[in-house]
Amino acid sequence: MIKKIQRILIELANIHRFVMRFYREVFMPPYEFKEIIRQCYEVGWKSLPLISLTGFITGVVFTNQSRPSLAEFGATSWLPALISIAIIRALAPLVTALIASGKVGSQIGAELGSMRVTEQIDAMEVSGTNPFKFLVVSRVLATTITIPILSFYTAGVGLIGAFLSVNQSENTSFTVYFDQVFEAVTYLDIFSLVLKAVVFGFTIGIVGCYQGYHSSKGTEGVGRAANWAVVMSMFLIFIEEILIVQIIQAMRA
Amino acid sequence: MLKSGGHIDRDTEVITVQNVSKSFGDLHVLRGVDLHLFKGENLVVLGRSGTGKSVLIKLISGLLKPDLGTIEVLGEHVDELSEKELQQLRLKIGFSFQNSALYDSMTVRENLEFPLVRNKRHLSRGEINHEVEDVLDAVGLLHTINQMPSELSGGQRKRIGIARTLILRPEIMLYDEPTAGLDPITCIEINGLINEVQEKYKTSSIIITHDLACAKSVGDRIVMLLDGKFEREGEFDQIFDTDDERVKPFYDYNFIT
Ligand SMILES: Nc1ncnc2c1ncn2[C@@H]1O[C@H](COP(=O)(O)OP(=O)(O)OP(=O)(O)O)[C@@H](O)[C@H]1O
Ligand SMILES: [Mg+2]
Repeated sequence: MIKKIQRILIELANIHRFVMRFYREVFMPPYEFKEIIRQCYEVGWKSLPLISLTGFITGVVFTNQSRPSLAEFGATSWLPALISIAIIRALAPLVTALIASGKVGSQIGAELGSMRVTEQIDAMEVSGTNPFKFLVVSRVLATTITIPILSFYTAGVGLIGAFLSVNQSENTSFTVYFDQVFEAVTYLDIFSLVLKAVVFGFTIGIVGCYQGYHSSKGTEGVGRAANWAVVMSMFLIFIEEILIVQIIQAMRA
Repeated sequence: MLKSGGHIDRDTEVITVQNVSKSFGDLHVLRGVDLHLFKGENLVVLGRSGTGKSVLIKLISGLLKPDLGTIEVLGEHVDELSEKELQQLRLKIGFSFQNSALYDSMTVRENLEFPLVRNKRHLSRGEINHEVEDVLDAVGLLHTINQMPSELSGGQRKRIGIARTLILRPEIMLYDEPTAGLDPITCIEINGLINEVQEKYKTSSIIITHDLACAKSVGDRIVMLLDGKFEREGEFDQIFDTDDERVKPFYDYNFIT
């Protein structure tokens, strides 16, 4: 038991050092612009199909599930406002981050893990390239930039999914629906979406890179790196979600 | 029947390792290693699996830090350098990894370009292409330039790995088991390549191997790592003129006596 706690504490200290190293190196030239853009493409473009599908379904399902409760009070006309607040404040960043930690986080963990195991990271280091900068900094920046963009996209797709459902059942027109949607949203809601998405994106990148970069030798090390990247980033995302909601509530008051 | 070695400058040491020890937990891998590499020399390091041969050259290139002792490369103390200085020094050291360590998300061309593009930023596109084709030709694999590492054979990967280190024109080459797991004909080719590199680029090299044919054909001098120390040193015939049970099997097995 004490051994286990000790190991968790050591792990936390290591992650802390890893994050500090990120902050130290992110501002130091040379900047790897080309690699950052390539990684943004990898992260963003490749998760687009899955995110589109999930975002759309989330919109439809959430609307269909909410309708009966509102119908009880004869308040189905509030549906667009409810949907927009739910999707933009809570669902879009969370759904995006959970999908991305499964898809992107595990990929980063496996990729860096196998580069560590096959000594490609060492090879970079001895040929005069800083592998932390080239591999880790570029990936973490890419997820931190891309997840917010993807979250807006998810929100858009989710709202369209919800519109189709509302249009079917309540005959609400496109303009009326989106007028009501945007009326309900405040700047603080948008801010909360961006804040969450940035924090989630950073978490996915840094956890995936940490697991891969410190992967143990052997092929089973690569599997474990990918696996832990997902488990740990999902866990952290839930904790961060709770904290950020508290902060935003405090700002709202 | 060792190589002539007339070009060796015995007054200049390019690598000096003194009394170096390295442990991982309770595992004492190196216990007081001394090693001297002279300019222009091919030094072969023999030793059983797990004796710390790879660890030794990782210490020399600064990938690992020694627990004790000093390592000097080209007149600089490796463990006292800042990260920047170490990076500069490493450009003069070519490291050919045991498993080649090619970047498997990149083509052969991109693998070779990588160190060049990143360290010689003044080069033009044309100059880079020329350099890449030049070293690729030197290892006889120009036709693989657009292939992915996964499409290459083990021997080809080894040679590409060597080419990638040659592209920065290093003064020192560290070869980690260049012939392990290859067929005899490919081994002979690689041995030829190592000797060619030494002559053409005037490098000093450490070659790690258990392959005595390789040791014999490329080594100017041989040292043997036994129980964490270099115990035997000399030319090929001197090394194996012994009844030491830790040494004899190497010879008997390789030459089927
Ligand atoms: N980073 C490391 N962490 C922990 N132990 C290590 C590390 N690197 C090497 N070792 C251990 O050090 C010992 C020597 O390893 P090394 O790779 O140098 O052997 P070697 O002489 O190159 O063997 P081989 O001929 O099989 O390549 C091994 O027992 C290995 O498990
Ligand atoms: Mg080895």
